[in-house]
Amino acid sequence: MARTDVELMLDVKAGDDSSFDFLLQKYRSPLVNFLHRMVRDTATAEDLAQEVFLRVYRARKQYTPSAKFTTWLFRIATNLALNSVRDNRYAKLAVPLDAPVDEDAAPMELPAPVMRIDEHMIERDRTEFIRRAIASLPEKQRAAVLLHKYEEMDYGEIAKILDCSESALKSLLFRAYESLRVQLAPLVTQPVEQRAGEGRPS
Amino acid sequence: MKCEDALKELIAYLDGRVNAAGRAKVESHLAGCAACRNRAEEMRKVSMLLGEVPAVEPSFGFDARVRQRVAAEPRQSWFWRLVPAPRPAFAVALLIALTVLVAKLPSNRAPAPPVATTSAQEQEEDFNAIKNLGVLENYDVLTKFDSLAETATPDSTQPEGKAQRGDESND
Repeated sequence: MARTDVELMLDVKAGDDSSFDFLLQKYRSPLVNFLHRMVRDTATAEDLAQEVFLRVYRARKQYTPSAKFTTWLFRIATNLALNSVRDNRYAKLAVPLDAPVDEDAAPMELPAPVMRIDEHMIERDRTEFIRRAIASLPEKQRAAVLLHKYEEMDYGEIAKILDCSESALKSLLFRAYESLRVQLAPLVTQPVEQRAGEGRPS
Repeated sequence: MKCEDALKELIAYLDGRVNAAGRAKVESHLAGCAACRNRAEEMRKVSMLLGEVPAVEPSFGFDARVRQRVAAEPRQSWFWRLVPAPRPAFAVALLIALTVLVAKLPSNRAPAPPVATTSAQEQEEDFNAIKNLGVLENYDVLTKFDSLAETATPDSTQPEGKAQRGDESND
């Protein structure tokens, strides 16, 4: 009989490193995927996933099965991802005060908030367009959608991971899907028949 | 049900995560509200579009790097493995136990424990000794009171006592 995640973690706590390997094998792909969709960078996603596993290992002696293992795991991952996204955003915006001033240089260009869909479709394919729509969501909304859609977690678990009430989560998810509906409008308004058989309703 | 309430439950409804009563309410509203029905259909399509994004796989060396970092973690010595967790609670318990132990140890300044029960004869001798303590500690009495010599039993130390007293009287 397969051991549960909690049993595996308790074995890790007792000093059984092979149980940690089971957990690594089981959650490496979901974690890397989740983090990749959060930070939109493969190397950063893998670094963060390693950090998540390392933190789980370091915390093994204090582990108490008070919640689902995945809740704990993805809570660590979400916090790391949110910190990374915020740090990266500020790093990109930071302009050194002692940088030489070039009067002839063109002003710093910020990305246009709205791009025409044909520009998007020329530049990137359909999948990339969807990825960008997900990436454009505010971090917490993005995390909620990823946990809901890709990890298929129930509302209670997502609410614990994001540290909010289930009611607040419902509002958060609705706002997120509403933003995606607007962003993906060119694809959403295509006749259903054209995309028949693609994706799956959740 | 109002549009606002129906929309709030829309995602859960599309997921099939509302109970039968909630589901009936949402369906009743959608049947009579074309705008919300249209919104629900678009949300369903959004969910399908999200499903088109393929998953990424961790790189080839991912597991090895995690194992390497785990192996680099400092290992606990045999002593710390014996110390039960949580350590702060154990430390506090140990401190309390040591405090109690030290408090129960006999102190150097504490009075000596009372002597065990003595016999009646020993108590009588002690009483006599204490009764005559003032006399015995008086040096003049000891050196000049001849009758003490009469009470003394003849033994090997008596001549020396007498000789000593004689010397002193000569002074």
